[in-house]
Amino acid sequence: MLTTDEKQLIQHAWEKVLGHQEDFGAEALERMFLSFPPTKTYFPHFDLHHDSEQIRHHGKKVVTALGNAVRHMDNLSEALSELSNLHAYNLRVDPVNFKLLGHCFQVVLAVHLADEFTPQVQVAYDKFLEAVSTVLAEKYR
Amino acid sequence: MVHWTPEEKHHITSLWAKVNVGECGGEALARLLIVYPWTQRFFSSFGNLSSPTAIVGNPKVRAHGKKVLTSFGEAVKNLDNIKATYAKLSELHCSKLHVDPENFRLLGDVLVIVLASHFGREFTPACQAAWQKLVGVVAHALAHEYH
Repeated sequence: MLTTDEKQLIQHAWEKVLGHQEDFGAEALERMFLSFPPTKTYFPHFDLHHDSEQIRHHGKKVVTALGNAVRHMDNLSEALSELSNLHAYNLRVDPVNFKLLGHCFQVVLAVHLADEFTPQVQVAYDKFLEAVSTVLAEKYR
Repeated sequence: MVHWTPEEKHHITSLWAKVNVGECGGEALARLLIVYPWTQRFFSSFGNLSSPTAIVGNPKVRAHGKKVLTSFGEAVKNLDNIKATYAKLSELHCSKLHVDPENFRLLGDVLVIVLASHFGREFTPACQAAWQKLVGVVAHALAHEYH
């Protein structure tokens, strides 16, 4: 699981996300929709044009939830319990897609943090996003 | 044969022209070995891989990363014929190197992240999409001759 150092790296880098949740979230979603078109199948009801109100709103929601996860890395299951329920019983997003969004979110971090997105920060975020994905899918069956 | 739009070709070739192959290649391989440490299984002859600092500073990692990314350049030069371009390398990775093709996908994603960190906003969503397609095609070509 996440080491103390990794948690620190995650929290420290997250300070760069604060104030940009909507921007970063929208960008991650847009990158995902363009690079991995099948992910759009979960959003037939959305306007998926660049910078759409729906993408900005949803991006902000996703990154805010990630921020909550960052603040509760020691008890993710509890902190994300509602979202786990939502994904299991309502949304039923195939878990492979969590990997795709996780990757695109890391691309956003790389774009905006540049040199500060060091290999050590990358491995910490990769593990963290994987842990979040596992929790989101944990009530699927 | 893979179909590339003129825009995709432009995103790929124009970015590639600015890539420092030695630097990016070394960084991509180092990140692969750091972020996915099980990939170190192929590099037991590389010496000290005991920490991220050791890996990043390891001259064999840098040299091999440069070699790998230089080879990647062949795909960029032969976008319309990637499968044939990598047929021999595919056979090599299967029969001699015994590399699980999953590793090609991991390295492709790591390369995308390296490009993102180097080029910043210039690595637009559309540019990323073209590069994700390219790394996917390269990974597929390298796995194509496996038996």
